[in-house]
Amino acid sequence: MSLQRYLIKRLLVMIPVLFGVTLLTFSLTKMLPGSPVDYILQFQETTPGLRDQLRAQFNLDEPVYIQYWLWLRDAVMLDFGDSLISDRSVSGAILTRLPKTLLLGFMGFAIAISIGIPLGVIAAINNGNTVDEASRVAALIGIATPNFWLGLMLLLVFSVQLGLFRVIPPDKAVLSPAMLKFVILPAITLGTASSALIMRLTRSSMVEELNKDYVRTAKAKGLSERTVIVKHVLRNSMVSVVTVAAIQVAFIVNGSVVVEQVFSWPGVGRLLIDAITQRDLPVLQAIVLMIAVTIVFVNLVADLLYSWLDPRIRY
Amino acid sequence: MSHESQRTTTNERGRIRVTGFDTSVFEDRDERFDWQQDESTVSRDRLTRAWERFKRNRTALVGLAIIALMLFTTIFARPIVIEGITVQPFSLAPFDPTNSNFAALNEAPTATHPFGTDWSGKDILSRVMFGGRYSLTIGVITVSIALSVGVPLGALAGYYGGWIDEVIMRLVDILYAFPFLVLAIALIAVLGQGFWNMITALVLVVWISYARLLRGEVLSVKENEYVTAAKALGARDRSIIFRHVVPNAMAPVIVQATLGIGTVVLNAAALGFLGLGLEPGSPEWGSMLARGRSSLIQGQWWITVFPGLAIFLFVLSINLVGDGVRDAVDPQGDTSGGAGVRE
Repeated sequence: MSLQRYLIKRLLVMIPVLFGVTLLTFSLTKMLPGSPVDYILQFQETTPGLRDQLRAQFNLDEPVYIQYWLWLRDAVMLDFGDSLISDRSVSGAILTRLPKTLLLGFMGFAIAISIGIPLGVIAAINNGNTVDEASRVAALIGIATPNFWLGLMLLLVFSVQLGLFRVIPPDKAVLSPAMLKFVILPAITLGTASSALIMRLTRSSMVEELNKDYVRTAKAKGLSERTVIVKHVLRNSMVSVVTVAAIQVAFIVNGSVVVEQVFSWPGVGRLLIDAITQRDLPVLQAIVLMIAVTIVFVNLVADLLYSWLDPRIRY
Repeated sequence: MSHESQRTTTNERGRIRVTGFDTSVFEDRDERFDWQQDESTVSRDRLTRAWERFKRNRTALVGLAIIALMLFTTIFARPIVIEGITVQPFSLAPFDPTNSNFAALNEAPTATHPFGTDWSGKDILSRVMFGGRYSLTIGVITVSIALSVGVPLGALAGYYGGWIDEVIMRLVDILYAFPFLVLAIALIAVLGQGFWNMITALVLVVWISYARLLRGEVLSVKENEYVTAAKALGARDRSIIFRHVVPNAMAPVIVQATLGIGTVVLNAAALGFLGLGLEPGSPEWGSMLARGRSSLIQGQWWITVFPGLAIFLFVLSINLVGDGVRDAVDPQGDTSGGAGVRE
């Protein structure tokens, strides 16, 4: 199958998934007990007249499938209405928070990769000896540490006791020096578990590559160990690491919800938690949908990248 | 004539009818060699062999020992009373985990309170010991229910293929688009807080990984000759799937389920930390950290250190055991440690 045909097939598969994702997100609010009007009013008492007016305004008198269609039509245009709490537009609220979450995510991802891949390579070269065993234990520890607890411990040691970092984020622009300094601890917290996973994967795919015939050939023709590993083995083993790195995006999103809470980071994750505690349904729906759609596309990119890097793979 | 009637009854059960050979030949052979298939010994052998391999793995045994110790402390932390009958009378925890002592708020660790007390004067050691009950039961119950949903669906999808596969796997794809915690949070926002709501939300998130994994295995296992043979002998689909295909496809799922307990405990604790887990104030490890941030900034480190350490120790032990189980039941399986953490 050519890459183009694979792309078309892959895009077609995405349609039902995107449809399902929107349907699921839409039905979240329909599964809530009680009348939607109560949630819009935040459970305040009002006149029946106002209730009817709200029902009409939010299309609640229409059949459910029409409601879904209207909601989807607006959602595609990034119009999720206004927040029930702050009267701001939902997309506006998300967009002002998004740069902060992206900064945190990128930093966390950078840490995960810059720690995970080199350590994985070292472990693979030392396959079977104490270094490898130590890296295995380190990875298990990294995976088992709850990220919120790691964040609290870093906060305790480096911010409260040593006073090296601020306890709450500075109210500065996203790329200002103060912000970039503050983001270090949250990014470490976010990247730790991912780096452990990336490390184990780099190790196992490299061990597999190292046993292949071409490595022996390359060594036999007199290439240095370093050249063999950097130029041949690492490149080939990166194929599977790329896909997992893409999957880590979901992992990072997951972690950022918690990490933002630990460090009072004013990002989308905190907005999500606030939306739930305040029952701000439009915000909740918009964030959940945004995350899910992003992940569907990230997976698409990962699959395409994978089959571009390794043309044998088409499924 | 008796042979004749027996032959028709045995051969008409399946899809194919075998005619033209004398079954008595085979019955004679069976009698002569006294040969019979005993499935219970076969599966017991498989388990024994897995256990033999597991026993040789020292780190896995250490993990198992830590889990056993934590299980012991949490069971005997407080008496267990079921419907008025005291099942377990011992009480190792020095204080009642839910009892506030307003004379001793935010006390640093001392001899009476080895782990200190929290903002409402509750003894943290007792709460950590007792809290294991929540985390461990949530982990085990969630994974068991998720298996009982994911395994049949994955098996059906893999075995039958076609539209059944399409429907189940598209559903899995849709749920996979939501990160673990985000989906759990969204479901709890709808279902509300509480023990069973939390388990429901976690099950809805977890089952997809078992279904997907088992489906993949079933796709390759169903190509084996013994499946073709079972079909040719006229076995029903149900018995082929659950007696021949699933047992041979379960190894990676068992590994994933073991590690999955750790993942579930970790995420349940994260929900607790976010204040979306059990009722506020429950001695669940994650919930104990929910207000930990503000105490931490005031320097009261013991409130967050010990419950977090308990979560860490438990999840680490589960991962050690999971690695051992992988080596034991699925020796050819991948060795990329900690695959139980789902994205």
